[in-house]
Amino acid sequence: MSPNEQILPYPLAYETALEPPTEWAELRSKCPVATVTVPDGSQAKLLTRYDDVKEMLADPRFTRPDLMGGSGDSQGASATSAAANTSASPFSVPKHGEDHLRWRRMVGKWFTAKRMAALRPQMAAIADQLLDEMTGRGSSGDLKAHLAFPLPVYVICDMLGVPAEDRNLFSYWSDNFLNLTRYSAQERQAAVGEFAAYMSGHIAAKRAEPADDLLSALIEESSGEGEALTDAELLGTGMGLLVAGHETTANMIGKMVAMLLADRTRWERLLENPSLVRSTVEEALRFDVNGGFGLRRHLTEDVEIGGEVLPQGTTVVCAMAAGNRDETAFENAAEMDLARTPNPHLAFGAGPHSCLGQALARTELQVTLEVLLRRLPSLELDIPAADLERLEGLLVGGLREVPVRW
Amino acid sequence: MKITVDEEKCCGAGQCVLIAPEVFDQRDEDGIVIVLEPEPPQDQHALTREAAVVCPAAAIQVHDTP
Repeated sequence: MSPNEQILPYPLAYETALEPPTEWAELRSKCPVATVTVPDGSQAKLLTRYDDVKEMLADPRFTRPDLMGGSGDSQGASATSAAANTSASPFSVPKHGEDHLRWRRMVGKWFTAKRMAALRPQMAAIADQLLDEMTGRGSSGDLKAHLAFPLPVYVICDMLGVPAEDRNLFSYWSDNFLNLTRYSAQERQAAVGEFAAYMSGHIAAKRAEPADDLLSALIEESSGEGEALTDAELLGTGMGLLVAGHETTANMIGKMVAMLLADRTRWERLLENPSLVRSTVEEALRFDVNGGFGLRRHLTEDVEIGGEVLPQGTTVVCAMAAGNRDETAFENAAEMDLARTPNPHLAFGAGPHSCLGQALARTELQVTLEVLLRRLPSLELDIPAADLERLEGLLVGGLREVPVRW
Repeated sequence: MKITVDEEKCCGAGQCVLIAPEVFDQRDEDGIVIVLEPEPPQDQHALTREAAVVCPAAAIQVHDTP
């Protein structure tokens, strides 16, 4: 860094919700390893080029900074990971090497593409039911509140075999785990306790009387293989599903629909050719400028990246969304091309720590889009795209509302 | 075309199965990749290449055979 180089405040500012921050292009071309100040006042290095972001994320030597308040922790991380962060949390995941690999493979069995494909009919039924309720209220409404927010929680409840009448409890707990401004620390502790108590009883019931759900299947298969999953592991995985799988997917559904309707020729192209749904979902993930804070890495040794040697102890912020707009990695990166193939975007990270639940997220996004195209072909934004408001969240990026009419 | 995979690298993301279910699968017990068609037929080549390019762990290698 030259002595007169500017230190940027991070996260960067957005002029409108669906346009990238103006700094991205300049940083990628002139300052690929930028110095930024994160919300807790500490400094970090921001990577914005596709190749640099991918290389850093895939480097098995480095993981995220310690969430329990270790060096380089940012306000952003402690905010959205609040549930996984309290001492009462039943959920703790090994971050490194062999232990991480073993944990990941144990939990990975929940999320195989085949298991997710088997959930498609249930996901479609949930989307249909939510759209029945939304369209029953009139001819316009907030797609985020009526569809995007409840859908992923209901899907998680189905995976766990939780009955429909208890879905709202899960919505409440999930919101409580993640929303630091609405609930106090005591309320959060209480919610973690209620969730753990509910799940303990629920797991006992499933052990006694297995049903046709993923939780029962995993209990049976794992004991059949002589590697029975413990209650704590099942509880932790259920908690992880909510913390990692609700708000992220809810926001992505809202952003995907908003991007497709912001230029309605995109929506019309999909109506004409629904076989583009799969590539459209990938392109929405790539094109999304509200990917959130980015993933952080704590350097435990010196490393050369982007032509610069970063010393041990540095905190690096990988801006995946900026990398996804890198012209050197994607032709016409500023265009949303619904047929773009292949699309090796970084929305789920890269390497050994890339998102464990990505097959679940992809399947939910695909099914939601298929159902919307079938049910509401006349869908359009109810406000100008430039008036969409961003959620000023810290780690998870999204839109406050997605007002639509049909 | 011949495919090889690195099970050690595989992170179980399932992208290959979502893209080319006739060529790839995942083990039920841990989600690690299984190759169903080590020499996929012509009509699967494009999907197989796509799966290799987007694999987040770069665990799939495609070898062109004459």
